[in-house]
Amino acid sequence: MSRALRSLKKYLPGSRWLVIAVPYIWMLLFFAIPLAIAFKISFSQAAIAMPPYTPLLVWIDGHPALDVHLKNYMYLIKDSLYVSAYLSSIKIAVISTFLCLLIGYPMAYAIARMDPATRNIALMLVVLPSWTSFLIRIYAWIGILKNNGLLNNFLMWTGVIDEPLAIMHTPIAVYIGIVYAYLPFMVLPLYANLVKLDIRLLEAASDLGARPWKAFLKVTLPLSKAGIIAGSMLVMIPVVGEFVIPEMLGGPDTLMIGRILWQEFFNNRDWPVASAVSIVMLLLLIIPIMIFHRAQAKEMEAKLA
Amino acid sequence: MSQHARLSRFSMVMLAIGFLFLYLPMLSLIVYSFNESKLVTVWAGFSTKWYFELFRDRQMIDAAKISLQLAFFTACAAVVLGTMAAMVMTRFRSFRGKTLFSALITAPLVMPEVITGLSMLLLFVSLGDWFGIFQQRSVATMWIAHVTFTMAFVTVIISSRLGELDRSLEEAAMDLGANRLKVFFVITLPIIAPALLSGWLMAFTLSLDDLVISSFTSGPSSTTLPMKIFSSVRMGVSPKINALASLMILAVSAAALIAWWSMRRSEKRRQRDMQLALQQN
Repeated sequence: MSRALRSLKKYLPGSRWLVIAVPYIWMLLFFAIPLAIAFKISFSQAAIAMPPYTPLLVWIDGHPALDVHLKNYMYLIKDSLYVSAYLSSIKIAVISTFLCLLIGYPMAYAIARMDPATRNIALMLVVLPSWTSFLIRIYAWIGILKNNGLLNNFLMWTGVIDEPLAIMHTPIAVYIGIVYAYLPFMVLPLYANLVKLDIRLLEAASDLGARPWKAFLKVTLPLSKAGIIAGSMLVMIPVVGEFVIPEMLGGPDTLMIGRILWQEFFNNRDWPVASAVSIVMLLLLIIPIMIFHRAQAKEMEAKLA
Repeated sequence: MSQHARLSRFSMVMLAIGFLFLYLPMLSLIVYSFNESKLVTVWAGFSTKWYFELFRDRQMIDAAKISLQLAFFTACAAVVLGTMAAMVMTRFRSFRGKTLFSALITAPLVMPEVITGLSMLLLFVSLGDWFGIFQQRSVATMWIAHVTFTMAFVTVIISSRLGELDRSLEEAAMDLGANRLKVFFVITLPIIAPALLSGWLMAFTLSLDDLVISSFTSGPSSTTLPMKIFSSVRMGVSPKINALASLMILAVSAAALIAWWSMRRSEKRRQRDMQLALQQN
């Protein structure tokens, strides 16, 4: 029996292959193939059917034929709504990434310079908000920013302003919401990078006569490049496709592509156009995603070495 | 004052401002959950009535139950798959297709949720079309989608722990004749247990929190808590949501406090053990 089992084992893939295959197949089946299907459907036409699009492969007189439509992509180029939504999403993502960096870098720097016991508490305080619901944290800003909200009430009470400021339903509210929600994603990779900085390098710079600010600009900042890249990509790429924040805090004229995709899918029920929107978004993001992947792989290799 | 002190003082001030920015909105949520008035921002006296209203809301309670179950099973599966993927990334020698493998693991970390959600749904619809499965979308389809996007985060957490682990213990066990499977279960797994726990918690909270991917992949009878919150917030602000938010913040703070306390205790015990070991030598 055991001999039979052993000889059977020879023909079965080893446990090594099983450990590779299970997550590999899962990710191929549920991450890569769905993107390929979205790519496929972006070339079909919307139809009143279930599923609501025309098949790509049709049979004409017993011969298979491809029924490919470029119409959806032409539509995206021709209708200025889509072009300006893409541009405005990228603009919002870039500006809010920069704002996150501006606020997050000093925070990460301060935490990295703390003694280890306080450092853990400070880190936990940075992460803690992202453990509570994302939706609810955005919801909190509605109460703060709206015309009769907390901020306006406070400013009017102190006499700084006489009339409420219109912040809610403007791009400013969207920026505040994005920075608020994504700040921890900037701080964490920056912290992980800054905490590894060899303090002796700064001492050497100081011994050689560099002022602290100069040492910061010439030593700390260049050495933290990997952290800056990782943090920025972690913020920028998801923000381009953000739906919840512009939907809840933005006005009807706050154009973001994630919102357009949502409307095409849920309101217009035009699945092919929604697919085309997502494929173009993916093409725009492919370079940032590759930069992020390379930074991530480098980090891994550095740890393994 | 030296420039160095000024630099670190500037960063400390920024840290304090950053924390105020992160916590004041949450504090305002809690304060106004005890407000008598239906208007969220006008104070009209202390009241706990919104909490009672919240617990009377059957739809909200049902949605919360679905969300908690989904998050629990998502986290369990994501930890198993994530541990396997992390072992592949950090312990396995190179194989054909490893580049694609690592790309498939890191891409979901940054992939916009609308793209993941839409493509997942299209997969389920196509599978229904081709094989007749998943025609009715339900908690099961949401579970698959959630496992897929949370697994990447779990993999990153576990592989970073595996990466900094001292390999000599594993090698010693191997030299003593243990096979790889035994080494993994007897040596590696106990050492990375804290990382498994934080990965599990990460997947749990990500799943509990997700609105976009759930909205695409849910079925008619599977409304999650974020979907319910989103639809009621669209109607306007409601103190009931404030009450719910306060409860969530309370639960998370309690969990964090326990985690911090147990971490500190195990750290202290480790230091004491090390001291004892030094004294005995």
